[in-house]
Amino acid sequence: MDPVLLVASIMVSATPILLAAIGEMVVEKAGVLNLGVEGMMITGAVIGFAAAVGTGSPVLGFAAAALGAAVLSLTFGFLTQYLLSNQVATGLGLTLVGLGLSALVGAGFEGVRAPGPGKLWIPGLAEIPVIGPMFFRHDFMVYVSLLLVAGVWAFLKFTRAGLILRAVGEDHESAHALGYKVVRVRMAAIFFGGACAGLGGAYVSLVRVPQWTEGMTAGAGWIALAIVVFASWRPFGVLIGAYLFGGVTVLQLNLQAAGANVPVELLSMSPYLITILVLVVISARGVHGAPGSLGRSFHASA
Amino acid sequence: MIRLEKRPQPSRLWTIVTPLLAVVLTMVVGGIMFALLGKPPLEAIRTIFWDPLFHPQFAGYSRPQLLVKAGPLILIAIGLSIGFKAGIWNIGAEGQYIMGAVCGAAVGLAFYPSESVLLFPLMVVAGALGGWAWAMIPAVLKTRFGTNEILVSLMLVYVAENILASASAGWLRSPEGMGFPGSRNFKQWPAVFNDELVANTGMHWGVVAAFIAVIGAYALMARHIQGFNIRLTGEAPRAARFSGVSPVRIVFLCLGISGALAGMAGLFEVTGPAGQITIDFNSGYGFTAIIVAFLGRLHPVGILLAGLLMALTYIGGELAQLMLGLPGASIQLFQGMLLFFLLATDVFTNYRIRFAKGELA
Repeated sequence: MDPVLLVASIMVSATPILLAAIGEMVVEKAGVLNLGVEGMMITGAVIGFAAAVGTGSPVLGFAAAALGAAVLSLTFGFLTQYLLSNQVATGLGLTLVGLGLSALVGAGFEGVRAPGPGKLWIPGLAEIPVIGPMFFRHDFMVYVSLLLVAGVWAFLKFTRAGLILRAVGEDHESAHALGYKVVRVRMAAIFFGGACAGLGGAYVSLVRVPQWTEGMTAGAGWIALAIVVFASWRPFGVLIGAYLFGGVTVLQLNLQAAGANVPVELLSMSPYLITILVLVVISARGVHGAPGSLGRSFHASA
Repeated sequence: MIRLEKRPQPSRLWTIVTPLLAVVLTMVVGGIMFALLGKPPLEAIRTIFWDPLFHPQFAGYSRPQLLVKAGPLILIAIGLSIGFKAGIWNIGAEGQYIMGAVCGAAVGLAFYPSESVLLFPLMVVAGALGGWAWAMIPAVLKTRFGTNEILVSLMLVYVAENILASASAGWLRSPEGMGFPGSRNFKQWPAVFNDELVANTGMHWGVVAAFIAVIGAYALMARHIQGFNIRLTGEAPRAARFSGVSPVRIVFLCLGISGALAGMAGLFEVTGPAGQITIDFNSGYGFTAIIVAFLGRLHPVGILLAGLLMALTYIGGELAQLMLGLPGASIQLFQGMLLFFLLATDVFTNYRIRFAKGELA
């Protein structure tokens, strides 16, 4: 197997999960547990696909996917932040709604081809032998996802807004007492998380597969949630987790294609088994770093 | 300025009113959605909620389907509701359902072509054990390592789907199937066929089990000390620990019950309405049951009614697909919306709405 091709395909396979996971990490940093990542991803996948087919522009496809999924995530935000519904149940509901909605919208798009984003050669760097084809000859979303990780890291670490977001996630009562608008910060985080999940979904339907089939995200949103735990809520941990997972996926697909003497089903289930294994190892280590107010509703009494 | 004021305890009136309100809201928004799809909204709603029961031509076929579809939904949702009460989120019932069906069917097929009357009960036990064992994985991981049961149980659905695929194409494939995937057909094996108990009612053993589960869950939650412990763990985990309730035991109890019930539901389905193990015999009941559990307010009687309602939307959806060319996916969206509206209207159950003029200090 060509190692250059392998690294390049790992990057492609990791990008959707990376996008969704970095968005969800910000949401959780603000103290909100949105289990609807899968639903937002699949909605992004179908909206992005439809928009790219309709306009002929993959960039507009990605933009529409981000906006569509973000708007969908606002329903979750409204329910959990203003109507104070249970976050676990509402997140599950969001996933079910997203799966239904996407199947409905996508019914006319099965078997259609969408324009994919072209490869973007980074001037200079792409010419370097071996390293060039590995890292610097991807479509623009791969770079966007990496910039997003760096951006989120810088935002949380160096900006005042990032500090407020973390404060809201750690202890919403105190943040409220200090005069920060807990609900507004959380709505903004949920919106951002939705947009990221939408981008991730569109990446699956426009680049990775690239076509539309019902339920095509196949649990990627849930894996993104697991990766946030794996990363202990740190941006570069998310990056490592997503790329590890991308590596496993590519390896098992290559083994399947090579006709290895292992049952296909065992290979297909391996990413999920490895996710469970990783979750166990992380939780057994006992280092969590979960935001203090994660999953708790905030209601400013009196 | 609208303000929410927390009620000292949930309003009993609103607990009953909100599911009905959610159904009405879903019908209204669903109707708008159908109109946007270019379908007559009122006719679509009537086709989904009325025709399966009362249409002169189709009701004869679809009425029995109500129990066929409601049986597994209720059985699974009852198990889930017990866990949800304790704050244990088993969302992988679909996987437990599949594993119950595969294990039960495998045990049965091992004795093919036995005609023993003991075989079917044995398969039911094997099915329950299969689902139970599958649910024990998140239970053990949660209690031993503190691993999140939501993610583990969900991941195991995908693992179970792959096991199902390999069973149907490989080790459970019918030797007389001429190489086609799918196990032997249980409908042609009278000793284990889970047939209707009373003709044209849809009543099979799975439905009986669902009714028993409703009564059992009611007794457990309302009368038994373990039911009290489960509720206490959900509502006040610290108080539960101080009063000597072992959280570990509650996790095992809740996941065990829901896994066993889901596994049993899978076995009844595969030996009855589905007829054989095929790669896609599972129709997402494990996920829909989550909606049923919430719509039924995690209360056994509520779940019974919610299961029947959800079964109605399945049958009505199929009918609407046939008669109006409504996309099959719109029913899925319909069911999702129902849960969303329920969660949204629930604010009235837990809070009082106060209209205040301006903001006080």
